[in-house]
Amino acid sequence: MLCGLSPIESGDILWNGQSIRMRRGSFQRDLSYLGHLNGLQESMTVQENLAFATALRGHAPDVKAVAATLARFGVGGRGGQLVRHLSQGQKRRVALARLSLSPARLWVLDEPFVAMDDSGISMLSDLIAGHLAQGGITVLTSHQRVDIGQVPAQILELRA
Amino acid sequence: MKPPPSPVPKPLGLGAIMLAVLRREIALAMRQKGEVLTPLVFFIVIASLFPLGVGPESALLLRMAPGVLWVSALLAAMLSLQRMFASDYADGSLEQMLLSSTPLALLVAAKALSHFLLSGLPLVLVAPVLGLQFGLDGPALGILMLSLLLGTPTLSLIGSIGASLTLGVRGAGVLLSLLILPLYIPVLIFGAGAVEAYASGLGSGGHLSLLAALLVLALFFAPLATTAALKISLE
Repeated sequence: MLCGLSPIESGDILWNGQSIRMRRGSFQRDLSYLGHLNGLQESMTVQENLAFATALRGHAPDVKAVAATLARFGVGGRGGQLVRHLSQGQKRRVALARLSLSPARLWVLDEPFVAMDDSGISMLSDLIAGHLAQGGITVLTSHQRVDIGQVPAQILELRA
Repeated sequence: MKPPPSPVPKPLGLGAIMLAVLRREIALAMRQKGEVLTPLVFFIVIASLFPLGVGPESALLLRMAPGVLWVSALLAAMLSLQRMFASDYADGSLEQMLLSSTPLALLVAAKALSHFLLSGLPLVLVAPVLGLQFGLDGPALGILMLSLLLGTPTLSLIGSIGASLTLGVRGAGVLLSLLILPLYIPVLIFGAGAVEAYASGLGSGGHLSLLAALLVLALFFAPLATTAALKISLE
């Protein structure tokens, strides 16, 4: 709903003071979303997936940056492999690499810590901390409490 | 972990983005060659069954040829429609496309275009061989190809509306054909009509113009309708 995928029942969501329903294009330029699904085409290689994601954002893909980012997430040797040959955790890491490659200011993450081992969790919280340090915004949902660096976070506990 | 130095991205035009989508679709199809070949083989088999079933009377076959070939092409083009969005829907790529800053209608148009290139164009190229089987002469074969060339992109565009509406629905294949086949009727009438009109000496210009008009109409409206349908499917 926050991304504008589902209609809003009441009220409105503003981004930079403008309703996201009216200014979809400029809102989506600032938005990067990672949900339950990784959003990686199984029959394409890791690199092709990331290059396509960059192209969708309207930028020419930068092969070197892609390779460096993959290495940073511990999937450096997998660039040429088809996504379907990766494990769940590796796919998740590739999805995180895509997130970190995007220049978006607002990250909306839906349970990003699912299917992650300890090193993956610390990697992701570092990534989020880095994003916040650069002046970005992150909205995430999670079942665990996760420490994200020294940044004050607003936590909203939802009870059914 | 240090944040990476922020890259200076080169901006891409909308055309380049469309090209990237096209290239992706074609690369995907080349990895699953069976999916490209199935509609083509289906087309050949269906069109070849008619002479076997009706008998070798050449006057009758010649009379039937345009209709039979066009109906076969219609069914073959429909066969691969379901896949247009299905795998991207399943793995979340479609979600990412919807949330990207590129206008969705443009991505949809590129997807429909690649559907035409991969399933419509092969039909156009094979049609004359099948036409010979029915005894169509040279100029009639030319008209047949031209009518298919103008008609199959329209089929892909209209089909994309059906494919997006039936995303994630159980038994999508049957529902898709029920939704889409009635919408294909105008294309069928003018497509087969073009060849028949030529055969009866009336000239096929009018039919071909109408086919082209349908194509322009679909080119404008179908991506918009598909975009709306995709948004509903992904809610």
